[in-house]
Amino acid sequence: MNIVSLARFQFAMTTIFHFFFVPFSIGMVFVVAIMESMYVHTGKPEYKKMTKFWGNIFLLSFAVGVVTGLIQEFQFGMNWSDYSRFMGDIFGAPLAFEALLSFFIESTFIGLWVFTWNKVGKKLHLFFIWMVVFGTITSAVWILTANSFMQHPVGYAVKNGRAVMVNFGALLANKQLMFEFGHVIVAAVLTGSTIITGLAAFQLLKKHTLSDINKKNYHKTIRLGLTLMLILSLGTIAMGDVQMQYLVHEQPMKFAATEAVYKTTGERAPWTVIGFANPKTHEVKGKIEIPDMLSILSYHKPTGAVKGMEEVNAEMEKKYGTHIAGHKMDYYVPVNTLFWSFRFMAGFGALMALVSIVGLIMTRKNKESLYKHRWCLWVLALMTFTPFIANTSGWLITELGRAPWTVYGLFTIAQSVSPNVSVASLLTSNIVYFCLFTGLAIILISLIVRFLHNDPEELAMQGQGNKETDPFAKGAF
Amino acid sequence: MSFLQILWFILIGVLFSGFFFLDGFDYGVGMAVKTLGHNEKERSQIIQTIGPVWDGNEVWLITAGGAMFASFPFWYASLFSGYYLILLIVLVGLIIRGVSFEFRAKSPAPRKPIWDNTLALGSLIAPFFLGVMFISMIKGMPLDAQGNMHATFFDYFNWFSIVGGIALTLLTYLYGLNYIAVRTKGVICDRAQNYAKALYWVLYVGEVIFALLLLFQTDFIKVHPILTLICLVLIVAFSVAGHVSVFNNCQGWAFTFSGLTLVSLVTLIFCGLFPRVMISSISGKYDLLIQSASSSNYTLVVMTIATVILIPCILAYTIWSYWIFRKRIEMPAIGEGY
Ligand code: HDD
Ligand code: HEM
Ligand code: HEM
Repeated sequence: MNIVSLARFQFAMTTIFHFFFVPFSIGMVFVVAIMESMYVHTGKPEYKKMTKFWGNIFLLSFAVGVVTGLIQEFQFGMNWSDYSRFMGDIFGAPLAFEALLSFFIESTFIGLWVFTWNKVGKKLHLFFIWMVVFGTITSAVWILTANSFMQHPVGYAVKNGRAVMVNFGALLANKQLMFEFGHVIVAAVLTGSTIITGLAAFQLLKKHTLSDINKKNYHKTIRLGLTLMLILSLGTIAMGDVQMQYLVHEQPMKFAATEAVYKTTGERAPWTVIGFANPKTHEVKGKIEIPDMLSILSYHKPTGAVKGMEEVNAEMEKKYGTHIAGHKMDYYVPVNTLFWSFRFMAGFGALMALVSIVGLIMTRKNKESLYKHRWCLWVLALMTFTPFIANTSGWLITELGRAPWTVYGLFTIAQSVSPNVSVASLLTSNIVYFCLFTGLAIILISLIVRFLHNDPEELAMQGQGNKETDPFAKGAF
Repeated sequence: MSFLQILWFILIGVLFSGFFFLDGFDYGVGMAVKTLGHNEKERSQIIQTIGPVWDGNEVWLITAGGAMFASFPFWYASLFSGYYLILLIVLVGLIIRGVSFEFRAKSPAPRKPIWDNTLALGSLIAPFFLGVMFISMIKGMPLDAQGNMHATFFDYFNWFSIVGGIALTLLTYLYGLNYIAVRTKGVICDRAQNYAKALYWVLYVGEVIFALLLLFQTDFIKVHPILTLICLVLIVAFSVAGHVSVFNNCQGWAFTFSGLTLVSLVTLIFCGLFPRVMISSISGKYDLLIQSASSSNYTLVVMTIATVILIPCILAYTIWSYWIFRKRIEMPAIGEGY
C-alpha cells in the first residue's frame, strides 16, 4: 500500500458515498417542491400530506449529504495538497462560490421550511422550498464547473508550475460542463422520482394495514412518480447520448474503454453488447456483437471508424511522453470497469424508461390493473435501488476514465497527492471513514424504514398515533 | 503584497470570525444539551433553539475553507495536509453532530439519548481540536522549504495549544449558555445564567494563562506589540462585560459580548500572523507569506466581485431568518420540528 493508492481509495469511497445522497436530495427536494406547489395551487390537503411525508425522507437524506460534503471540501487540502497548490487558483473559486451562493441558501431556507409550516403564509412557505431547489441545483453547477475543468481544461495558463485562471467566463462556457450538468441534474431528478415511486410501492405492498385514503395517496404518488420518471429517463438517455458524441473527440481513451475497443475499427464498426476484456493480451472474450451499431451510436450514421485504445495510447505517449515528473506513464484506463459501468448505467436507464411506460399504461384512470398484481408492485419497489447504481457507475466512468490524469493533460494523479501524509495516517482515516459510513448507512436505512412503517397519517387514522411516534406532532422535534 | 492580497487575508479572517460568531454558540448549545438539560423535554427545548439555524452557521466554516482554497491555495494545502489527523477528528465531530438533529427527531424515544450524546460529544470535539490547531499554528510548526509540514505529537499538543483548545471550548460553551438565555423562557433560561455566572471565573483563569503563554511562546509581542496587547485587552474586557451583563440580566448584551470575545480572539490570531499565513519553526525563511501563498490577481478580482455582491445578500436573509425565529422557546417546547 502506498499513499497514492490509499488516497485514491479514500477519495473514491467518500465521493461515492456523498453522491448517494446528492442526487437523492436534489431529486427529492424537487419532487417535494412540485407536491407543495400542487397543494398551494389546488388547496387539497392530501397534497400537503404528501409534501410533509416525502419532505421528511428528503430531510434524512439531506442530513447525511451535508456531513459527507464536509469531508469532500476538506480532503482536497488534506489528501491532495500538491493538487491544491497546482489547481487552487482555478479550483477554489467555484468551490467558494458554491458555498457563498448555494450552501447558504440551501441550509438557511431548509431551516425556514421545516420550522414555519404554521408561522408563515402558504405562498411564502412554498417560496422557501423552491429556494432550496435553487440552492441544490446551483450547487451542482459550481462543483461540476470544477470537475469539468479537470476533464477538459479551458481558460487557463500554466505559470511557474501552477495553473492560473485567465478567463473565468471560459470556465463556465466549458462544453464539458454543459453536458455534464445536463446529464447529472436530469439524472438526479430521475433519482428522486424513482425513489418516491419505489417507496410508495413498498408501502402498498403492506396493503392489509392501509386505509383507503392512504392507498389513494400512494396511488397519486406513483402516478406522479411514473410520469416524472418517463420524462426524465428519456431526458437522461438523450443527454447521455449527446455526451457520448462529445467524448469520442475529447477523451478517446475513455470512449474506447467504455466500448472495449482495443484496435481501431473499420468504417463500419460493430457494437459489443457484452464481453470481457483482457487488459494484458488486449483481447475481448465472449463477445456478443451487433454489426454497424457502434458507428451509429458514436456518430449517428452507419459508417465511421472508432479509434482503438492502442492507437490512442500511442498518440498520447507521443504527445505527453512516457514519463511525467519521474513517473512512468501508462495511458490505459481500467477497461472492464468502464465497459461494465457503462452497461449498468445505460441498461438501468433503459429499464427505468420501460418500467415507467408500462407502469403509466397500467395505472391509467379506471383501469388501474397494476395495483392488483403484487409482482408489479415489487418491480416498482425494486426500482428504488437502480438510480443509485446508475449514478455511481456514471461517475466511475467519468473519473476512472480520466486516469492517469487528475487534470486532463496537465497534472497526474501521482503528482497530486499530499507528500507529507503518512501511510499510517491514511490507513487510519480510511478505516475511520469506512466505519462511519457503514454506521451512517445502516442507521439511515433503518430510520427510513421505520418512518415508512410508522406512517404518521396511518397511525393517526387507526387511532394509535401518539406524540412520541408522530414526527409531525407539535414538540416532537 | 498587493492590496487585494491584504484584502483577502482580512476577508479570510472575517469569514473565520463569522464562523465563530455564529457556529460558536451552536457548539455551546450542543454541549449544554447534556450538561444543562435534565430531562428529555428540556433537552428538546435546548436543541430547538438552534434547530433551524445551525446548518447555515456551519456553512461559514465551509466558506472560510473554500475561500482559503481559492485565495491562498498554498496556505490551504499546507494547513490541511499538515493537520491531517486533527482535522480528521474535527470532521468526525462535525459529522456526528450534524446528523444528530435529524436522526434524533426520527428516532423512537428510547434511542433519542444516543443522539443527545453524539450531539454533545461532537460539539465538544470540534471547538477543542480547532483550538488546538489554530493555537499550535501561531506558535510555529515545522514547515519545510516546500511548505510541507512534518510535525510530531508534541508540535500539535503542548501546554499552549491545549490551554488554547480548552479556552476556546469554554468560550463557546459560555457563548452557548448566553444564547440559550436569550432564546428560552423559564427554568432553562435561569439555569443557563447561573451556570454562566460561575463559569466566567474559570474562563478568566484560562485567559490569563493563555495570554502569558502567548507572550512567551509566540513572537506576536515582538512583531506587533501594540495590536497584540489591544486584542488581549479586548478579549478580557469583553469577557468581563459579558459577565457583568449576565449579573445584570441583560441577556442580549451578554450574548453579544461573548460573540465579540471570540471575534477578538480570531483578530488576535490574524493580526499576529500578518504578513505571514503560516509560521515555520525550522527557519524564518520557510514562513509561508501572504505574498507568495496567494492566488493570481485575476482570481482574487473574480472572488472579490462575487463576495462583495453575495455577502450582503447572505447577511440579509440570515438576519431575516433569525427575525422569524425570534420568539423565545417555551417549556414544554411547542412549535414545529423536523
Ligand atoms: C452534482 C452535484 C454535487 C457534486 C458532484 C458534489 N456535491 Fe457536494 N453537495 C451537493 C451537490 C454536489 C448538494 C446537492 O448541494 C448537497 C448534497 C446534499 C446536500 O445536503 O447538499 C451537497 C453538500 C455538500 C456540502 C455541505 C453543504 C452544507 O452544509 O449545506 C459540502 C461542503 C459539499 N457538498 C462539498 C462538495 C465537494 C467538495 C465535492 C467534490 C468532490 C462535492 N460536494 C460533490
Ligand atoms: C460526486 C460524484 C463523484 C464521484 C462518485 C466520484 C468518484 C471518483 C472516483 C471513483 C475516483 C477515482 C478514484 C481512484 O482513482 O480510484 C475519483 C477521482 C477523483 N475525483 Fe471524483 N467523483 C465525483 C465527483 C468529483 C468532483 C465533483 C470532483 C471535483 C470537483 C472530483 C475530483 C476528483 C479528484 C481530484 C480525483 C483524483 C483522485 C484520483 O483520480 O484518484 N470528483 N472520483
Ligand atoms: C442510455 C443512457 C445513458 C447514456 C448513453 C449515458 C452516457 C454517459 C456518459 C458517456 C458518461 C461519461 C461522461 C464523461 O465522462 O464525461 C456518463 C456519466 C454519468 N452518467 Fe450517464 N448515461 C446514460 C444513462 C444514465 C442514467 C440513467 C443515470 C442515472 C440515473 C446516469 C448518471 C450518470 C452520472 C451521474 C454520470 C457522471 C457525471 C457525468 O460525467 O455526467 N446516466 N453518462
